[in-house]
Amino acid sequence: MTTRDGPAPIQLIVNGQSRSVEADRDAPLLSVLRDDLGLLGTRTGCLEGRCGSCTVHVDGRAVQTCTTPLWSVTGRKIDTIDGAAPGSAIARVRDAFLHEQAAQCGYCVNGIIMTIASLIAGPAAPDRGHILTVLDERHLCRCGAHPRMLRALDRLLAETAA
Amino acid sequence: MLDRWIGADRKGLVVRSGKVELGQGIATTMAAIAASELRVDPLQVRVMPADTTLAPNEGYTAGSFSVEHGGPAMRVAAAMAREVFADAAARHLGAEADDLVVQDGLFRMPGQNAAISYGELAEVVDLHVSALDRAFPPLLGLSDTALGLKRPDLPAKLSGAAYVQDIRLPGMLFGRMLRPTAPNLRLVNFDRELVARLPGVVTVVVQGSFAGVVAQRDDQALAAIATARKSARWAAISTLPADDDALSWMDAMPVPPRHVATAEGEPPEGRRLTARFVRPYLLHASVGPTCAVADWRDDGATVHTHSQGIYPLRGQMARVLGVPVDSLTLIHAHGAGCYGHNGADDVALDAAILSRAVKAPVMVLWSRRDEMTWSPHAAAMRVELGAALSDDGRVTDWHCRVESAPHLARPGMGEDPNLLAAAEMEGPVPAAPPVVKPPVATPGFSISDRGGDRNARPLYDLPRLTVLHHELPQGPLRSSAMRALGAHLNVYAIEGFMDELAQAVGSDPLAFRLRHISDPRALAVIRAAAHSAAWDENDVGGEGTGRGLALARYKNTGAYYACVVRVAVEESVRVLSVHGAVDAGRVIHPDGLLNQIEGGVVQAASWTLLERAGWDKDGFTVQGWDSYPIWGFRDIPPIHTTVIASEDPSLGAGECAAGPVAAAIGNAVAHALGVRVRQMPITRDRLLAAIQGEM
Repeated sequence: MTTRDGPAPIQLIVNGQSRSVEADRDAPLLSVLRDDLGLLGTRTGCLEGRCGSCTVHVDGRAVQTCTTPLWSVTGRKIDTIDGAAPGSAIARVRDAFLHEQAAQCGYCVNGIIMTIASLIAGPAAPDRGHILTVLDERHLCRCGAHPRMLRALDRLLAETAA
Repeated sequence: MLDRWIGADRKGLVVRSGKVELGQGIATTMAAIAASELRVDPLQVRVMPADTTLAPNEGYTAGSFSVEHGGPAMRVAAAMAREVFADAAARHLGAEADDLVVQDGLFRMPGQNAAISYGELAEVVDLHVSALDRAFPPLLGLSDTALGLKRPDLPAKLSGAAYVQDIRLPGMLFGRMLRPTAPNLRLVNFDRELVARLPGVVTVVVQGSFAGVVAQRDDQALAAIATARKSARWAAISTLPADDDALSWMDAMPVPPRHVATAEGEPPEGRRLTARFVRPYLLHASVGPTCAVADWRDDGATVHTHSQGIYPLRGQMARVLGVPVDSLTLIHAHGAGCYGHNGADDVALDAAILSRAVKAPVMVLWSRRDEMTWSPHAAAMRVELGAALSDDGRVTDWHCRVESAPHLARPGMGEDPNLLAAAEMEGPVPAAPPVVKPPVATPGFSISDRGGDRNARPLYDLPRLTVLHHELPQGPLRSSAMRALGAHLNVYAIEGFMDELAQAVGSDPLAFRLRHISDPRALAVIRAAAHSAAWDENDVGGEGTGRGLALARYKNTGAYYACVVRVAVEESVRVLSVHGAVDAGRVIHPDGLLNQIEGGVVQAASWTLLERAGWDKDGFTVQGWDSYPIWGFRDIPPIHTTVIASEDPSLGAGECAAGPVAAAIGNAVAHALGVRVRQMPITRDRLLAAIQGEM
């Protein structure tokens, strides 16, 4: 129980667990995940919604958390890379990235994994061109590890087709 | 002392290199080298972060020297450690050390079952012995497991906390900085009392024009800075010159040239050509925010930093903070990709100042705007080339004049500490820096050029060569070392000009270069790249597509790289393919080498086609990603790399591709359009200007 006056706690479902968060309702979801819930696999990046390194899933869709206010995800199902269960789409994408050694510094990679996982896990057959467009619009990598990430993507698409 | 590099406990072996992980995978390479000499599974070797208490002082992790210098040091240290362990194992097993074999981390007599491991010997082995007092050990060479090693740091990075930005110390607070939006502004004041009353704000720190806030949470610190900015007043401390494509502001900085190479006697008769090439300021633009954590206590401070040089930084921080060097401990932590002297050193001082103010651990993160404005830029440069041609189509004289903003301005390289907060704070900085002596003679950081003249000498056989380097003082934007330094423009210019000369004598670019090369390794890489790309001297180009060739040996002493780039010129330049060849000597970690080449190609193509930092009357023209586009997923071409392995000493490969890729793009654009763009970036406007200039 809290004794201070403040907003009512906000309920979230994070990595399958019900969580109650006492933070400013306008706080970005990114800072709630990292600083209130200790989920540090979601990276802090540009905080302007441009680099994509803070991407998580909200109800299965890839969302940039730096520009998502806490109130907007009340009661929603949030999945982060920290909580990826073995065999999940997130874990499958991560395995493909590790297989291809698809990183240099690795800072941008977790967000990219989350976006790819959301696109290959959907009901529709994943379309390479569409995935490439989404990655191009929502993610930045400065080290130039793109060729490897694209090889990891192709590995996943081949697995999915098989 | 050997224990600076190698340590052991019951859990196994740990290694420390003074060369730090920057995202380039050097920790993997060091593990591969150490494990090979120790004959253990590389996954059993833990690579520890460098710190100023335990790790060897190897200066900066820069200049593509880590594999060339840090690698052999690690190799010898590991082999020596193996010998020390073998002596102990021999005593334990009742045998002669020379008779023992070591395999999979176990010492044993051949054919016998009794064996003892490194971990079991750890308690009786003392590695605090002078490396200089021991005989040079036999070297076993690379093991197969080392060659195929996967990055041991990636599984953690791809699942959770792994970077300096993820450090969470008990009671840690968050700091953010208030910095100007123009290069010539300094803070006068802002409503400190208002900011201090905001939610979560612990304190507001102002010293001179240095200003930051410390708050309970990072989002509170950010909100406090946003409020501070609304009431901030700034004063201009200088007048900015105009920024233009020709970098005319350099004309107002006459500096006598250094003679890098001087030709004797009268220049020969013959047809002469000249050309001028320009590169603007560029940004490091790492995806992660610059960050440090400082924990200031009564008896000293610990600073977690992603700096490239923890020992030199410690000396300069001690000088600025007015504390003994030994009272500061710097611990390297992984950051987002580091391509040179970025804001990592500056933010370490920011964090130390804020932590000292609150006597608690403080993490400082820079905003994207801080990053894109106050991090050192890659230096702007101009290169003017002239050459004479003989009747039989050979270069008989070569003249090069380089003008460059500073490339070498790391803390401690000059009189000034060159730490942002030091310049902002009131009071003079003590002039004499405390001398930080390395504990033992280590392969340090020495360079044969001044950055701007890096690769200004062509690798071609030239009977007469003059190279002049005008090393300008700091220009309107703060600049220092970024990947490849002057090699990006110098190679762009040399290789572009070689194509112009070839065209002038009606020669194929490949044939013209081959006529001027005698270095067999250079010949091998250019032939391999041309072969890989199926170079066709009868390909006349035009119709909006073209192909270009370029070659360089990085720093004239490092790795060789040549490539053929194909482009399509539409609204802008699209790179269709890159066929490259690299000779980096003996390859330690093949996948690490390819990763560095691929990344080097992508980053250099982005610099060359898209990137430019500048200023106008409102201040910095780049303040975020929207004003600084970089290459994205749709831009990536197929990249083929032929590795020419040899038994020559290993060389770093992180920077060798930059110049040739840029130049090959420039040459391919010229092949496609029939006109050359001599100013980077090769944007749509520049293409149009070049075409119109020709008509």
